[in-house]
Amino acid sequence: MHRILFDNLAKGTLTEPPPAPDESALAELAAALERNARRKLGRSLSIRQVDAGSCNGCELEINALGNPFYDLERFGLRFVASPRHADVLLVTGPVTRNMQIALERTYRATPDPKWVVAAGDCALDGGMFAGSYACLGGVSAAIPVDLHIRGCPPSPTQLLKGLLALLQVDKAR
Amino acid sequence: MPTLAELMQRGRAVPGARPWPRVQVDAELWQTAGQLLAEGHWTLLGLWADSGAVHMALLAEPQAGPGILSLDCANGKFPSIGRLHPPTVRLERTIQDLYGLEAEGASDSRPWLDHGSWGVRHPLGEWTPSPVAPMPAYNFLEAEGEGLHRIAVGPVHASVIEPGHFRFTVNGEAVVRLEERLGYAHKGIDGLMREAGLEQAVKLAGRTSGDSTVAYALAFSRAAETALQIEVPARAVWLRALMAEMERLANHFGDIGAICNDASFVVMHAQCGTLRERVLRAAEACFGHRLMRDRILPGGVAADLGADGIAALRGLLQEARRHFPTLIKLYDNTASLQDRTVGTGRLTPELARQFGCGGYVGRASGRDFDARRAFPYAPYDQLQFDVRVATEGDVNARVWIRIWEVEQSLALVEQILDRLPAGPVRVGLNQGSGNATEGMAIVEGFRGDILVWLRLDADGKVARCHMRDPSWFQWPVLEAAIEGNIVADFPLCNKSFNCSYSGQDL
Repeated sequence: MHRILFDNLAKGTLTEPPPAPDESALAELAAALERNARRKLGRSLSIRQVDAGSCNGCELEINALGNPFYDLERFGLRFVASPRHADVLLVTGPVTRNMQIALERTYRATPDPKWVVAAGDCALDGGMFAGSYACLGGVSAAIPVDLHIRGCPPSPTQLLKGLLALLQVDKAR
Repeated sequence: MPTLAELMQRGRAVPGARPWPRVQVDAELWQTAGQLLAEGHWTLLGLWADSGAVHMALLAEPQAGPGILSLDCANGKFPSIGRLHPPTVRLERTIQDLYGLEAEGASDSRPWLDHGSWGVRHPLGEWTPSPVAPMPAYNFLEAEGEGLHRIAVGPVHASVIEPGHFRFTVNGEAVVRLEERLGYAHKGIDGLMREAGLEQAVKLAGRTSGDSTVAYALAFSRAAETALQIEVPARAVWLRALMAEMERLANHFGDIGAICNDASFVVMHAQCGTLRERVLRAAEACFGHRLMRDRILPGGVAADLGADGIAALRGLLQEARRHFPTLIKLYDNTASLQDRTVGTGRLTPELARQFGCGGYVGRASGRDFDARRAFPYAPYDQLQFDVRVATEGDVNARVWIRIWEVEQSLALVEQILDRLPAGPVRVGLNQGSGNATEGMAIVEGFRGDILVWLRLDADGKVARCHMRDPSWFQWPVLEAAIEGNIVADFPLCNKSFNCSYSGQDL
């Protein structure tokens, strides 16, 4: 293990380059996200993810946000285990009827002020599953949604962009 | 005792069943098959319903290929196989939920996918008109005794994970019974498939289980091509295998790290997460999508591999071969990690065999089965790879099977790059031959064998598509593997199985 740790120290980090003008989209995003998160919410924003019947594609990419390339936590954004600790519900899936009650209860368990982000094409309007007897067809059919992030699934960069947009929305609450 | 072939000769062969035979049987033959299945002579590959009929796919020995038995359910009933052979229980409960066909004599007739919230009963069979009577509360199985208590977990879990419910009964820290309740991710894919064109249907197939989007699209496409008797260009066949191996690599890297993470060993998680991300970025460079979704479709593949993609893959191979061996050593030499994985969550070879567990779950418990080798489909019949088996059946064995599979997949990617044939990557489909056709395919996803059985109508539209995820035969044995382990080791056990919720719930 020591070898791996020393190797990594010697090589520097994998995390995408620090904010600088004309850097990659990700670097710009990183800077903007950090600035806005700090201004609006202090130093942290806690996210509770709810899978409301997705195929799991969105979860794979949401999990990727934690890998060393994206390193979500450097922005003060982190995933928490309970809705009671959360500022944001990040919801995926076409909202299956079998998940409706659990989603509504999770929403009610999240303290105000709270934001709901619907991630993925299914979460927008049911996507490919719209019209099924088993799906409500989008998160807003169950709980109020503040922001949609498109994609099937959205890439980690798209998810970061979406979270940034959330922080820029001038909310009157 | 009749062989499967002999038993099938007693039925009436269905013309046009490809590539494996399907026969109509009577209730007596159906039960005989169930009896022989229960005695352990054969393995169950799938049990599903169609309008007014049930079908059962059996495997006697891989060399002979599967055989399918069909039984007409004249009065909406069929003899239960589940009362003889437990692996069929959840499948029969599903048939009851979706089609309203009753498994007579079933030992467990509780609903499975239907939680009483759809507003309809038996959505694919005889619809029960609205309003639907409320469904009684779900009866979890009992476990009683002094000092026992229950822990209910889910469907919303503490981490970023799919929805499902677990009911633990524990004595102190030890689990005495785990009961799973699934179905929360049920999207009604079988219903959406009906009357869908092939283009739409393959997209649905690719969204059945997100981590196996390539494997599902491949299985669906091969079933459709078999039904329509279409030959796919060689380059497309090789590119499909390339995508399938990349999907396997991405999932194994991610999961090996995640298993270690559940033992609080974060370094492995970060390192393996890096390798997973590199695979996804290579996939995007090669095919324009990180998960390679919608890249395989009936007739071929949607994107060809260019020089940039090949360079990205060569780079990936180099990177993985430089770093992965160090990670294996780290895994193997860390006592605190081994302490959590060795001997934990043991699945016995007997149970793995009875349930026909596929993938690393079966192979870590002595079941020497891999669909790439059992029913060799192109190009695997021309590629060199080993299938390794362990017998310990614990978390550690499942990790090691995955480690070996990573090595094999890296070698397969290299072989494919070295020998990739030139030429077109897609042919047009001659849809709507005027005849109903059917086809079946079994492919090896990262998690195990995925079965797709497809019936197309005369217009080339889907009349019935049944997709059987490997998780159907892995979820039930997780309940057994956890017994006697401490609650805190459940995440570790669960992650080492990594069953699909969405793939099972459909």
